[in-house]
Amino acid sequence: MTQLFTHYNYWIVVVLMMAGFFIVIAQGNLVKKLIGLNIFQTSVFILYISSGKITGGTAPILQEGITVYSNPLPHVLILTAIVVGIATTALGLALVIRIKKAYGTIEESEIQQRDHTC
Amino acid sequence: MLSHLPILQVILPLLGAPACLILGRGKLAWLFALLVSTLSFCIAATLLYTVYHHGVISYALGGWQAPWGIEYRIDLLNAWLLVIVSGSSTISLLAAQSSISSEIALDKQGLFYVAWLLCLAGLLGILATGDAFNVFVFLEISSLSTYTLISLGPNRQSLWAAFRYLIMGTIGATFILIGIGFMYIMTGTLNMADLAERLPSASESPTVFAAYAFILVGISLKLALFPLHLWLPNAYSQAPSIVTTFLAASATKVALYLLIRFTYTIFPSEFSQFIIPLADIFVALGIVAVFSASIAAIYQEEIKRAIAYSSIAQIGYMVIGLGIGGVLGLQATLIHVFNHALMKATLFMALAGIAVRIGATTLTSMQGLGRKMPWTSFGFVAGGLSLIGVPLTAGFISKWYLVSAAALAGRWPLVFLILLGSLLAIIYIWRVVEALYFKSAADNSPVKEAPLTMLIALWLLILGNVYFGIDTRLPVSISYEAAAALVEGRP
Repeated sequence: MTQLFTHYNYWIVVVLMMAGFFIVIAQGNLVKKLIGLNIFQTSVFILYISSGKITGGTAPILQEGITVYSNPLPHVLILTAIVVGIATTALGLALVIRIKKAYGTIEESEIQQRDHTC
Repeated sequence: MLSHLPILQVILPLLGAPACLILGRGKLAWLFALLVSTLSFCIAATLLYTVYHHGVISYALGGWQAPWGIEYRIDLLNAWLLVIVSGSSTISLLAAQSSISSEIALDKQGLFYVAWLLCLAGLLGILATGDAFNVFVFLEISSLSTYTLISLGPNRQSLWAAFRYLIMGTIGATFILIGIGFMYIMTGTLNMADLAERLPSASESPTVFAAYAFILVGISLKLALFPLHLWLPNAYSQAPSIVTTFLAASATKVALYLLIRFTYTIFPSEFSQFIIPLADIFVALGIVAVFSASIAAIYQEEIKRAIAYSSIAQIGYMVIGLGIGGVLGLQATLIHVFNHALMKATLFMALAGIAVRIGATTLTSMQGLGRKMPWTSFGFVAGGLSLIGVPLTAGFISKWYLVSAAALAGRWPLVFLILLGSLLAIIYIWRVVEALYFKSAADNSPVKEAPLTMLIALWLLILGNVYFGIDTRLPVSISYEAAAALVEGRP
């Protein structure tokens, strides 16, 4: 029972992940879809970083008296993943701008409607 | 120099991309990209030769030995796919300049080749690396550049197709990232060989099971395995024709490679059979993919779209081979990966040639083209025959190995269904052949043949289809060795 609360960061991960995934699927607005995608990705970042935390551990710096330290590798991995996430968002937003110019709307249903009429 | 080939394979196109940007627009960028891609192909061929004769190559990046550093590990399986991917990139690039001249504005052509080389670097990186997190990074490099390439298509629908692919692709890649994260949490390593060693002791854990499930679904999205295939027909039919040629021959193959790598090398072999009947699920999904996609292909008016649906059906065949399992099933899959790259590249190359000259690939616009563009039209017929699996073409060899793998496993209903699927292919290929040769065109204005570079690329592919339909020593021996090594779990 205590584990349920001491590891509350994993609950945040689950909630964010589901919320983000739901937004991607349910929202018709393309920008909102991208925001959902971002939340979804962020939850995975937190998952990784949480796994590197060790209770009582400090930053992994070589210094006397430090024996317990957190694992730095997940942070490094997620730094890469954050960059990837930014690139994805930037590309997605660029596409949204082009879609707005070409279709005059950024609503999924209207875009599909305009594709079918012409 | 030779010992650095595994990293050069990836670094060359990765550094070639910014160099292409400096070279600017048009012809120069094209020649440079073609050169880089050809060199990659030569490196891949050398690697395949070395691996075949001298065994697995392990390369420690920056001199940091695995498992601390990133390891690039070339065995027969990925050497074989490196050759396929770099080869299809080179052949498509040969024809690219003539094809995009009518589809992409001149000032964007330099950037087109930048995105192309980045995509190539990403695909080759996924294949070469022996590090699970590296797979994710390269997957995103190739995906992001693929979205860009697709969005350069001639119609506004290409933007919408690229956006939808971006959403689906990112979800897939993030699923893979979650899976890799779980594996790391359980084992503390990202090196594939290390993972394979440590995962069996944790195979009881639900976390490892969840990791496998996430990775499986993520890869299936990238693979366009039924029912996660919805992004593919739009993306393939709206992309610039030559991009479709390249992607159809390479991108899904790389996803299939990941599926094989994670299922056979990384996760414990009994794992995938115990908890869920994965093999049966593969066979079932494969069969549904073959039939639903083939039937959808029959009803398409736009032929590029029809052939895109056919790709989903062919992925179905590859997954059926995986589901049959054993050395023979896996070998059938690996042979089909190669032959499918050949035949799909031929079909899409012929369509690209037609698109250059008449600006469309709808069934009605192609009527009577058999007489106006005989050399190009024959390319479609040859690719179509190979797709159906007529003897003396490469497609026959894949079907032969797949059917005999199913028969030796005693699964006769499966044999019947595979053959029935081929009959559906006859229908959607025949519709096009009928339009090309037996219908007269609405207007009789003469149409020129496709540009010379495209014809050369197309006929190289046709010859490849015929050659590998007769002399099968190369794909058969390599795929057999690769499959045997995977099934027996040899390092």
